[in-house]
Amino acid sequence: MDLITAITIFSLAIFVGFEIITKVPPTLHTPLMSGSNAISGITVVGAILAVQTENGWLGSLLGFIAIVFAMINVVGGFLVTHRMLEMFQKKK
Amino acid sequence: MINLHHVLTLAQQGPLLVRPGANEAAAAVDAATPHSLVNLVYLLAAVLFILGIKGLTHPRTAVRGNLTGAVGMLLAVLATVWQLDLLPIGVAAVAMAVGAAIGWFLAVKVAMTQMPQFVALFNGFGGLASLLVAGAETFAGFPGALNRHESAVAAGLTGLIGAVTFTGSMIAAGKLQELDAFRKPWSFPQQQLVNAALLSLCLLLTLVMAGGHGWPYWLIVAAASVLGVLLVVPIGGADMPVVIALLNSYSGLAAAAAGFVINNNVLIIAGSLVGASGLILTSIMCKAMNRSLANVLFGKMEIASDAPSADEVYGGKVKATSPDEVAMLLDGVQRVVIVPGYGLAVAQAQHSVRDLANLLEQRGVTVEYAIHPVAGRMPGHMNVLLAEADVPYDKLKEMDEVNPTMSQTDVAIVIGANDVVNPVADTDPKSPIAGMPIIHVDRARTVIVVKRSLSPGFAGIPNPLFAADNCLMLFGDGKKVIVELVAALKEAA
Repeated sequence: MDLITAITIFSLAIFVGFEIITKVPPTLHTPLMSGSNAISGITVVGAILAVQTENGWLGSLLGFIAIVFAMINVVGGFLVTHRMLEMFQKKK
Repeated sequence: MINLHHVLTLAQQGPLLVRPGANEAAAAVDAATPHSLVNLVYLLAAVLFILGIKGLTHPRTAVRGNLTGAVGMLLAVLATVWQLDLLPIGVAAVAMAVGAAIGWFLAVKVAMTQMPQFVALFNGFGGLASLLVAGAETFAGFPGALNRHESAVAAGLTGLIGAVTFTGSMIAAGKLQELDAFRKPWSFPQQQLVNAALLSLCLLLTLVMAGGHGWPYWLIVAAASVLGVLLVVPIGGADMPVVIALLNSYSGLAAAAAGFVINNNVLIIAGSLVGASGLILTSIMCKAMNRSLANVLFGKMEIASDAPSADEVYGGKVKATSPDEVAMLLDGVQRVVIVPGYGLAVAQAQHSVRDLANLLEQRGVTVEYAIHPVAGRMPGHMNVLLAEADVPYDKLKEMDEVNPTMSQTDVAIVIGANDVVNPVADTDPKSPIAGMPIIHVDRARTVIVVKRSLSPGFAGIPNPLFAADNCLMLFGDGKKVIVELVAALKEAA
């Protein structure tokens, strides 16, 4: 993937983001934030790949720490979002 | 051992992009390799993230949306682990188990009142993880990159955004937790000049990295860490909804930048989605305060020198009341609107308020909650708190919906809110909150303000509402006062 392809994907994804998030009711502001925060934990993919870098233990160590923090983000983010949304749901 | 560079190069080319001159047999082998499959799974994960975020923006689909995002994440992680050798799988598994356990523990333990600092903390962790990923690649000499100069620039930007997100979020979390060290907004002369210098330094070092050097990376991280602190430290508590939304956006952009470094689509797509969602929330918050983003970040709340002082506004006109008196007043009313603010969260009064509303409803009173968009310390904070106290969400009304009904309201009860009900926003164009949309409790027949004292809100200005003819002050701790009010109501019945 060359730079132009990457920038194209980036620009289109930003537009997709703006288009799909049209009107967010205030009730969902906090869950949207914690849920999207969990998705930004996708960096865990890069962290897992970094563990296998050939250039020494330092890269792997950074990868290890990165996995821990990204996973806190992912698991904690999705779980707390679910907790909040369940509170909204049970009163239907 | 599978050579990672080789793996990634294959993965990036994908099954459909047959190079000119490549023979068909080789292309067929490429298509059959597991690594094109890995990229397909990444694409599927990206689609699930898009559907997930879309789902999160509608009440009916929100739970499903969140689960959809989680499934996407699981697929992306599994596809990634699958590419590794046995030993790194073990290392990654240990790290994932540790992170998952901590994340699970925090998510289960956190109280809804602490949600703002919780989200701030997690934004920071996301930024930190992204900057570490880029750092690891810097050590490894960008094995995943087709062009190491471009990757170096991307790494520099990841370090910049990631570090600003990390330290900025830590400061924000500290402020929200009300740690003593961060309690006061803090600034020094020429701060913005220093910020600009730090930013320029980071960009300059990024250019040096493009020349093929790895060493400037950690200098960028160091300078950006200081920048993150300096950017957030001067910002006061009431502007936190904007700051958290912005840091949320940054944590996504950091992940997207890391995606450029390791040449990975799913990071770029997921990161940009989060970046966009954070920006949208930021703009919603700014609109609700009638301030520009630049004004929130760099502006100071200026109070005009000829503005009336607290004594002039309040002098002898403020009427205090008691729970018993309010209980009598609430006898025979038809419509009550409750306006919660951050003070409700501080006093943990949401459950007592729900009891009060239930009691009134049993007597045939219509009770609604008017929620200002920036009430609380993060977007949607009040909605979450009241949902926790089992308040049905169709009772929570947005400002625009409730304002036209204020003149038909018998009693408006303001709990721990101040600036968002200050009529000065409409009447005094020189006021620091001029033009900010407010909830017009002043139009209700009677206003009860539950508050500890007459101290000003974040804007630092007196509120003429408190001195209005139709306003009664119920001084005291929010929770205690409401509990007393409920008791008095029961007694009177």
